[in-house]
Amino acid sequence: MVRILGGLVGIFFTGWLLVTFLVGAYNYVSAPPVQTVEAAFHEHPHAISWSFNGPFGKYDKAQLQRGFQVYSEVCSACHSLKHVAFRDLKDLGYEDAEVKAIAKNWKSKVSEKNPVTGDVTERAPTPADFIPVVYYAGQGTPPDLSLIAKARHGGADYIHSLLTGYREQPAELLKKFPDAKTPSGLYYNPYFANLNLAMPPPLASEGQVTYGEGNPKPTVDQMSQDVSAFLTWAAEPKMEARKATGFAVVIFLLFASVLAYLSYKSIWAGKEH
Amino acid sequence: MSFPWAEHYEPKHPLMKWVDERLPLPRLVFNAVGAGYPVPRNLNYFWNFGVLAGLALTIQLVTGIVLAMHYAASAGVAFDSVEHIMRDVNSGWLLRYAHANGASFFFIVVYIHIFRGLYFSSYKAPREMVWLLGVVIFLLMMATAFMGYVLPWGQMSFWGAQVITGLFSAIPLVGDTLHTWLLGGFAPGDAALNRFFSLHYLLPFVIAGVIILHIWALHIPGSSNPTGVEVKGPQDTVPFHPYYTAKDGFGAAIFLLIFATVVFYAPNFMGHPDNYIPSNPMATPAHIVPEWYFWPFYAILRAFTFDFGIPGVITIIPAKLMGVLAMFSSILLLFFLPWIDTSPVRSGNYRPVFKRFFWLLILDVLVLGYCGGSPAEEPYVMISQIAAAYYFAHFLIILPLIATIEKPLPLPGSITEAVLAKARHKTGTADAVAAE
Repeated sequence: MVRILGGLVGIFFTGWLLVTFLVGAYNYVSAPPVQTVEAAFHEHPHAISWSFNGPFGKYDKAQLQRGFQVYSEVCSACHSLKHVAFRDLKDLGYEDAEVKAIAKNWKSKVSEKNPVTGDVTERAPTPADFIPVVYYAGQGTPPDLSLIAKARHGGADYIHSLLTGYREQPAELLKKFPDAKTPSGLYYNPYFANLNLAMPPPLASEGQVTYGEGNPKPTVDQMSQDVSAFLTWAAEPKMEARKATGFAVVIFLLFASVLAYLSYKSIWAGKEH
Repeated sequence: MSFPWAEHYEPKHPLMKWVDERLPLPRLVFNAVGAGYPVPRNLNYFWNFGVLAGLALTIQLVTGIVLAMHYAASAGVAFDSVEHIMRDVNSGWLLRYAHANGASFFFIVVYIHIFRGLYFSSYKAPREMVWLLGVVIFLLMMATAFMGYVLPWGQMSFWGAQVITGLFSAIPLVGDTLHTWLLGGFAPGDAALNRFFSLHYLLPFVIAGVIILHIWALHIPGSSNPTGVEVKGPQDTVPFHPYYTAKDGFGAAIFLLIFATVVFYAPNFMGHPDNYIPSNPMATPAHIVPEWYFWPFYAILRAFTFDFGIPGVITIIPAKLMGVLAMFSSILLLFFLPWIDTSPVRSGNYRPVFKRFFWLLILDVLVLGYCGGSPAEEPYVMISQIAAAYYFAHFLIILPLIATIEKPLPLPGSITEAVLAKARHKTGTADAVAAE
């Protein structure tokens, strides 16, 4: 009885799936899906050899400091970084006093509401504060960057490719997809999922940010790499601790596995199985 | 029940004797996983996965309970509280990565455990109850994992909740009301998040309870084995301890090694980047996909793109409801497996026709998984339709047919006979090599 009912249910689902498949296949053949402009022109990020790649990779603190400088002088005009506190910047190699100064001189302030009077006052951030949120009145909604490196396929590679990927819309694209002209106010970038984004090229010229003595030349590519590395740190600040702990754990477990294997073999010795 | 030759518990230490007389817990442990439980001597490594699933559940319970101390189930702060755990809680990143990947590893070992059961027909008499309880555990795991994935309240959390609870709205007449009632609103929000958190905390303990029943039911007939021939005498078994505790110890070490490698070196490999974007009811992700362990079922759900009925004349069952019915049936049919597959031979090793179809099923589920993780576009939809058709045909049509027409290979007389034949074969080959 179970087998008969089961068989009927099986024939029902299998049969209808095959009918559906045949209809779908007929439609597919008679009217093949047209390629979208995104499928034709979207590009995958270029892989870069970052200092933090691989199981022993570490952040390059000098690079993170440069990247932070790019963030604070360029990106922070529109993008917040709300999960990062000023105290966290000590990971970048800054001293306590430097962190205090960075917080105190930060361009946006922390607003506080007096619970008794209801007056809103502003004060300079302290190291205990998170980087204050940015209120943006322009076009589009700039995302918070705290997790951007983990929230996009490709992470740092993606950020770097996007920042350096702005270009004129290819003539070939307009020839194939005449309707796909980048609307005014948007910018063409093949690394962005739908090819056009509201953010103007943020890193436009060499020397836009002045790096201190002993640092590489602030080319657009260099600034882009630096800020991508910084944003990777912002998204995954515990990466170095994670990899270091992991190394100890894996070595321990390798050792434990060998011991467990030997004890298994010795207990089963002479017992055919 | 246990085999008559099982060792009896004799407390050695006076303290244990005192405890055993008042609460026979030491006796229970001894008879369940100690020297008092005789187990077939020929179990292969696939029999490690039950214990590994227990280990995975334990990891989930321990990390989950600590995570719950720092997590806040409120739509406004849930996402931020997870980031607080990742950044400011001591070793919070480790807890969260272990818990998120622990869910994946739980499913990996359970899937291997289930497919071991399918290949060696562990569901057949007298172990039907073990199998039925196992399917219950699997269903509970799916519910728990789904609700857990909603808690970080990222984009995939929110939209996953939207899609999965939306399945209930396919039910005729009461669907929409039921959907609203389940969510506590018209879309996932505070009410849904709080009840999911509450149930996500509750269900693992229910799973633990059903596991106890699962093991209890297993201990009545005792473990199955790769030959599928039942235990005939003391020469066929070894005591669980120390033989299988040692083997499970080795299995656990390897499991933890692979688990740790992923947790520490590729913690986001099995996750979706979109879940690092805070949930936004106004922005639908381009492709909504569940976690990888649901992909095969998601592919079955999406394979139905065509209303059941006569096109243009009458719709008997809308495509959405067909997909929902098929997805639930694809799991529920497992409950009937012991009565669908009537072949008297258990082990796939002695069933030449069954074996081929078994590997085809593995391939089929992998194809379904791949399609389920891909966007709902051609050719993935067509491929998943063929693969889903095979899935149902395999269990509901092919298995009963094989059972009637297949001529199984001769079975060994006993476990010991099979073991000794294997050993002879091994030494035979060794001698032949030595002779050369």
